[in-house]
Amino acid sequence: MTAAREPAITVQGLQRSFGDVHVLRGVDFDVAPGSIFALLGSNGAGKTTVVKILSTLLKADAGTAAVNGFDTATQAGDVRESISLTGQFAAVDEVLTGRENLVLVAKLRHLDDPGAIADDLLARFALTDAGSRAASTYSGGMRRRLDIAMSLIGDPPVIFLDEPTTGLDPEARIEVWRTIKRLADGGTTVLLTTQYLDEAEHLADRIAILHHGRILVNDTLAALKKLLPSATVEYVEKQPSLEEVFLALVGEGAEHT
Amino acid sequence: MTSHFIGDTAVLTGRSLRHISRSPDTIITTAVMPIAFMLLFVYVFGGAIETGTDSYVNYLLPGILLITIASGIAYTAYRLFLDLQGGIFERFQSMPIARSSVLWGHVLTSLAANVISLVVVVLVALLMGFRSGAGVVAWLAIAGILMLFTLALTWIAVIAGLSAKTVDGASAFSYPLIFLPFISSAFVPTETMPGPVRWFAENQPVTAIVNTIRDLLAQQSIGSDIWVALAWCVAILVGAYVSAMVAYRRKIL
Repeated sequence: MTAAREPAITVQGLQRSFGDVHVLRGVDFDVAPGSIFALLGSNGAGKTTVVKILSTLLKADAGTAAVNGFDTATQAGDVRESISLTGQFAAVDEVLTGRENLVLVAKLRHLDDPGAIADDLLARFALTDAGSRAASTYSGGMRRRLDIAMSLIGDPPVIFLDEPTTGLDPEARIEVWRTIKRLADGGTTVLLTTQYLDEAEHLADRIAILHHGRILVNDTLAALKKLLPSATVEYVEKQPSLEEVFLALVGEGAEHT
Repeated sequence: MTSHFIGDTAVLTGRSLRHISRSPDTIITTAVMPIAFMLLFVYVFGGAIETGTDSYVNYLLPGILLITIASGIAYTAYRLFLDLQGGIFERFQSMPIARSSVLWGHVLTSLAANVISLVVVVLVALLMGFRSGAGVVAWLAIAGILMLFTLALTWIAVIAGLSAKTVDGASAFSYPLIFLPFISSAFVPTETMPGPVRWFAENQPVTAIVNTIRDLLAQQSIGSDIWVALAWCVAILVGAYVSAMVAYRRKIL
């Protein structure tokens, strides 16, 4: 459906080594605009390295990467105008309040009326009450919400989320998922890295598996499922998963903590 | 991008100044050690030290001010290291800002924090009997030299903050800087020191800076010391700035 438009992210033959360790050995993939693309892989597969190259924090040894039509090596400034990075660890300023964190990013993005932008995002992410408290007092889920809210400032067309739900409790995780879905519905291109298979399954339009520095497969979930022999019918007792039990007990979507 | 340098630097300086205003202990702890040294040397050792001046506080203060700066800049390395660890450094670097303003924000904050610490130390010295008849021009010259020295040492702190592996490592580099004034003319005249120590004391930057400030405070002619002092400050500043930029480039590639 988006075949006619240029990809939002293009990666070709990307290589990067750290000393003798070849982290990326020739990575290729495209991401269609407005879609959610999941880069799946175990720890050390090179996911973060790909994200860092795409967000101009790291240079590739070989190959090219373009974001929103701009080359990450030669047009880094334009790339930075087009993206937002939510790294593996919630990158919030612990000393500042939630609102001050948002105002800080809005000012650094040179936007008008940073205060109004901050208040709007606090409301959207259910942080209004916590807005005047130092971020160091936030729970893991709140901190991640603030982190993602900071990434949305300026409406960048492409967002990188590096393991956005690592370390979150199930409720916070589902909340982050909802946010990501809403982003893509609004036309933002999302590149997501994760080591949780169900996360990719839930969210992604396309899934690529990165293994030992190469993309093993890159397809839709439905197509990936066809890679294995067709399903056989088995009768099993339907047991609730622990996640279902947990969410039933604590009440999914209950008051934000 | 460079067109945003001043605005971005102002925003990021405001951010780290807020850190200081929310943990004023960093200013107090910076001032405590130099004040302790001042009390110790004036009231314990001072009576036995022959400096050829009538007031030992007056003699001592310039060196104490340099110790204040040396202990104050360690916080710059500490804050920078925390930024790198917490990921907020990467967030800033991935944003469309003038990239070097991330460092300049910390450097200007160090300048502001050290000015406050220095004022606190001078006020305590006044209580202890420090007096100077120096005029406005002399005080401005002193302020200028101290700012230059702060700037030079802060860029050394930036190198430490960028390349440290642990929080302890990020602040440990300042210990030698704090003790440098002891092997100089800051506490005792260099004439009493044995040969090699005296040679080191007379040819290291602290002695020239201390002598210059001391002469300015005592309203004496300052001679060539001020040029030696300025040359040292500028040389350290340029050397540290260039090394910090190399460490910084290595960090973002």
